[in-house]
Amino acid sequence: MTARKRLVAILQNGGLAIYAIFALFPLLWMFILTFKSDAEMLTTTFVFTPTLINYEQVFFYSDYLRYIRDSFIVSTGAVLISVLAGVPAAYAFARYSFKKKETIAFQILSFKFAPEILVVLPLYMLYRQMGIYDTYLGLIWVYQLISMPLIIWVVRGYFEDISVEIEHAAQVDGYPWWQIFLKVLLPLIKPGLVSSALLCFIFAWNSFTFPLLLAGIKVEPITVAATKYLAQSTVHYGQMAVAATCSALPSIIFAVVIQKHLVRGLSFGAVKG
Amino acid sequence: MNNLVGTHSDGNMGMTSGVNTVPFKTRVRPYLIVAPALLITIGIMIPFAMAIYFSLTAYTFRIPNSTFVGFRNWTRMFENPQFWNAMSVTLKYAFWSTTVEMLLGLGIAMLLSNLKSRFSRIMRVALIFPLMVAPVVGTIIWQLMLRSSVGIIDKMLNVIGIYEAQWGASHQTAMMTVVMIDVWINCPFVIILILAGLQSLPKSPFESAKIDGGSAWFNFRNLMLPMLKPCILIALLFRLMAALQEFSIIFALTKGGPGDTLMSLSVTAYTQGYMYQKFASALPLILILWVLVNIAANIIVKAWRKAQYQAAGKEMEEAVPKHGRKGAKQAVREGE
Repeated sequence: MTARKRLVAILQNGGLAIYAIFALFPLLWMFILTFKSDAEMLTTTFVFTPTLINYEQVFFYSDYLRYIRDSFIVSTGAVLISVLAGVPAAYAFARYSFKKKETIAFQILSFKFAPEILVVLPLYMLYRQMGIYDTYLGLIWVYQLISMPLIIWVVRGYFEDISVEIEHAAQVDGYPWWQIFLKVLLPLIKPGLVSSALLCFIFAWNSFTFPLLLAGIKVEPITVAATKYLAQSTVHYGQMAVAATCSALPSIIFAVVIQKHLVRGLSFGAVKG
Repeated sequence: MNNLVGTHSDGNMGMTSGVNTVPFKTRVRPYLIVAPALLITIGIMIPFAMAIYFSLTAYTFRIPNSTFVGFRNWTRMFENPQFWNAMSVTLKYAFWSTTVEMLLGLGIAMLLSNLKSRFSRIMRVALIFPLMVAPVVGTIIWQLMLRSSVGIIDKMLNVIGIYEAQWGASHQTAMMTVVMIDVWINCPFVIILILAGLQSLPKSPFESAKIDGGSAWFNFRNLMLPMLKPCILIALLFRLMAALQEFSIIFALTKGGPGDTLMSLSVTAYTQGYMYQKFASALPLILILWVLVNIAANIIVKAWRKAQYQAAGKEMEEAVPKHGRKGAKQAVREGE
């Protein structure tokens, strides 16, 4: 019996280890390549003389920092607007009962599932006519389709977790509704709200289809720029690796920070982790 | 009424009481609060109505005339073998990536919850990394592994006697390659959702099952799976919706090639509408995709609702929503 148990444990750990290699080795390999010079790229595997030349090239001799800045401005802008407009809406969905409430809420959720190309093709035309093609504003607006449903649905769940009694107590004390909202409720949902906002940031940061069609010349987020590294005639794999590593890093760090709330955010509140 | 306050059903004072007894100002307030969020997102959906309209015209970006041509774009699309190829690529891609992700995700999640070692605790955090990488960047990372000049996988395959695997460049392996990348990125999503489900399972049914001495497989099929079903269906919903419309991975790896091997509906619509500027004839492709996504979503949501009630051990009739979808979410919340 114990021998069998040990065998099962070995098999289980082995299975997990194999998957872990599949999941993590590509990231490790990318990281290793960032330190490899072009000369050694094709001839060596793991043993080589590490160098920082790729980092130097990417950060000082390319437009990389501009792409990062564009990504940062657009993602932050999108998250800010979604939080400002979405959190009150989430509150209303959680606490008030009004006609067509669920219809409206599901309408907002359905934006998440609309094929991106479907939205983006007509939008390309509309944006050109409105003059917001290839601008920060244009991207921030279209990113609302990513961040607004998430903020509203996830934060709504956090509001619902708070007992109504707390609000009633504050009401009895004579606070107006907006003060209750700001001073009592917001501090209570803060961890959930911050996590949802960071998750929105990750999604906006990673978005590719929207900026590919609606921007790309003056405003060029990192995801769109990254494909350029592939298309160059002489591919500098080391620089490509640096570009990929640095664009993935913020998302990974944020994900570790919000780890506890991740399940809830990713499932739009349907699964409470 | 008092739909969501239902979780604390005695909390019915003031703000949620009968609509007609409250003053106009209070009644309008929730709409005013929701309005900004709705306006911002609705504004962006104008193009959706435009899409339907322009699919009935001869509009191209080069010759912007919106002559009404009826269903010509639609009938042409159905006659075009390109469309049927795109449809089959889309369905194949969605089927394979979702199936592999669900099965692998379920397996890994069960391993993670069984093992209490430090290794498994670290893996719970580390395994989500690929999910957080942008799909485009993830594809680039895989290119760094697969390209024969720089990649390490070729070197490893050489050892076991396989030379010059073509991956994305060959008809035979292109689909497998994109599915593999999709699995690499998205399997963690399934893992953490199901893991969360596993951890919230009550202990007592499993203890009594142990005493009854049923086989592991029997317990898994008749006990664990039904209780996990809501979680599994949510994961399936999100994955299938995304897989049906996947664009970034295919685009970044081969732009739909080689030939039309990976020309899914999304990629075809992009190529037609944006690269060739044939706007109006690209729209039916993507509208069909939208219909497909909606049908799939409705089926899964229905199954999920049913599973929720069964998992919560509630009677179906009690939970049947009065106003269509309205009650679903609510009942689900209570069920948790």
